[in-house]
Amino acid sequence: MTAELLIEQFLNGLQFGFMLFLMSAGLTLIFGVMGLINLAHGSLYMIGAFSAAATFAFFNSFWLSLLASFSCAAIVGIVVEKTIIRKLYNRDHLDQVLVTFALILFFSELVRWIFGAFPLYLDVPELLNGSIEVFSGIYYSKYRLFIIFVGLIIAVFLFFLIGKTNLGIQIRAGQHDREMISALGVDISKLYTLLFGIGAALAGLAGALIGTIQSVEVGMGEPILILAFVIIVIGGIGSIKGAFIASLLVGLVDTIGRFLIPSVLQTVTNPSDAMSVGSAIGSMLIYILMAIILILKPTGLYGKQLS
Amino acid sequence: MLKIINLILSIVLLFASSAFADGHKLKVGMITTLSGGGSGLGIDVRDGFMLAVRGSKNIEVVIEDDQRKPDIAVQLADKMIQSEKVDVLTGIIWSNLAMAVVPAAVNQGKFYLSPNAGPSALAGKGCHENYFNVAWQNDNLHEAAGGHANSTGFKNTFILAPNYPAGKDALTGFKRYFKGNLAGEIYTKLGQTDYAVEIAQIRASNADSVFFFLPGGMGIGFMKQYAQSGIEIPVVGPAFSFDQGILKAVGDAALGVKNTSQWSKDLDNKANKKFVSDFQNEYGRLPSLYASQGYDTGMLLISAMAKANVNDMEAFRDALRSADFDSTRGQFRFSSNHHPIQDIYVREVIKEGDTLTNKIVSVGLQDHSNAYVDQCSM
Repeated sequence: MTAELLIEQFLNGLQFGFMLFLMSAGLTLIFGVMGLINLAHGSLYMIGAFSAAATFAFFNSFWLSLLASFSCAAIVGIVVEKTIIRKLYNRDHLDQVLVTFALILFFSELVRWIFGAFPLYLDVPELLNGSIEVFSGIYYSKYRLFIIFVGLIIAVFLFFLIGKTNLGIQIRAGQHDREMISALGVDISKLYTLLFGIGAALAGLAGALIGTIQSVEVGMGEPILILAFVIIVIGGIGSIKGAFIASLLVGLVDTIGRFLIPSVLQTVTNPSDAMSVGSAIGSMLIYILMAIILILKPTGLYGKQLS
Repeated sequence: MLKIINLILSIVLLFASSAFADGHKLKVGMITTLSGGGSGLGIDVRDGFMLAVRGSKNIEVVIEDDQRKPDIAVQLADKMIQSEKVDVLTGIIWSNLAMAVVPAAVNQGKFYLSPNAGPSALAGKGCHENYFNVAWQNDNLHEAAGGHANSTGFKNTFILAPNYPAGKDALTGFKRYFKGNLAGEIYTKLGQTDYAVEIAQIRASNADSVFFFLPGGMGIGFMKQYAQSGIEIPVVGPAFSFDQGILKAVGDAALGVKNTSQWSKDLDNKANKKFVSDFQNEYGRLPSLYASQGYDTGMLLISAMAKANVNDMEAFRDALRSADFDSTRGQFRFSSNHHPIQDIYVREVIKEGDTLTNKIVSVGLQDHSNAYVDQCSM
């Protein structure tokens, strides 16, 4: 094992973390401010990827398809919020889970009905194809660097939005006391719609960015949704900062663990066993991490203290 | 007296009606993956099968979606056996699902015809007289890939597959035939779509070639990321990652890759030509190898029905075993553990106009059976 390989895996972990952040930022805002468990967040991710692939097939432009991904997801998100989700804010979590689960089924079938069951094509633009020498002797995929870059921009944008703007003040106030801010004359339903739209747009953007190097197919959102939930629990529900730290933590632990554990085991047992045991432990690692953090800090890293 | 006659009459009627109902009708229960990831495979198997049986009025097919989940597949199988009273089960794509469903089904006296999954456990010690695999034993295509790697002159290969029964069979099969060194061996998570970690290891491994078995969406992700990483090491693999259903999604990254398959669109025989054109007319797309396997399963079933009634299990089993049908693969017969003996080809991904597809370049393994025949005491 060389230092180059280790650094490359570190970058991979970072890239994965930034991707997870795009998913979990929206989820944690929606949960924190509106108190809504949105299982359909993965569907918005899928919608982003499919609208990108459709745009790509039509215009053959990566940048247009990126634009289409978050605008379509945002539009779908806003429509869903206004027609369905809005009725759920005062219901208990079980009702929310049931309805948003139904939305998963609905969107999966809808997408299959429109696009068919076979995966769609989406490719990286010429500009981002291939790899680049990051440090001396270390080559890294340009596209993955681009994902890290986009993740950084979104993170800065969100911190600015939450910390420095009027809207951010309303969002933070909403997290603390929903009734109070509506009593102070803030149009809470407009705020909710906007927030849901932002969350949807981020999920859609993540879908397009990831769909470009993976497969755009029905059901692609659910595996990543589970990770996003793990992240918002680790980071503390409602906290963007928590989501950011937890995303990078999960991204790095998962990536490095998947790579290191089998290599370490190989020194004590034969490669085949080391590989199967190692990959099994590797995939458990983030859940072990979650358990440890919850034991030490039951509300997550940056969660509100239990009163 | 009248009462007795009435009674007898009704008894006769009862028997007659049940005899009519049985007749030569046969009920097939198809459990396959129709939603979520990997649904393209199940849909192809279903469409191929339905294309084969569409003209037969004596076959009734019940189709259910297993969502690629073993627990759901088991529930569906119970339902089909107990309340639907099917005679034959078929359709399962994934080996872990097959392991959950097949042993119980055949032990309850049902026939199971596998259109895809062929785990080694069901070919060796766990073989059963009512279990027939119409596709391949899992190791087969990978064995051919190992042979191909030898003849190409690869000496140091990096191999990877998902961590589930078929993935283990794949690497076992490849290693059985490959004579060179292994530069590395990795089991990935089933359903994993990001391979940055593995690709970095391949880059660092000094391998002269890569063998991978990543069916469905997993292969799409791998191929795109591999091409994008700028690594020039050639890849070989089984047809599952270069199949008609996913080639479009992989794009030009797949062009020129050699892959091994028991079937190809350009196989020159009458049954295959008819299948390819019928499939295109019916569904408006090119068939995949999964579709050909579904179609052959349907054709096998029809051929057995022409010879025997399914209620006479002995005769029906013999009829299946004789495999007296025109396969899309040309030559087709069963080995003693009910898996195909067939040619396995090396194909290359080419472009026909704008469409990516495969063409046969050579025969990889001729009349190939499987490594588990001796372990099966049937």
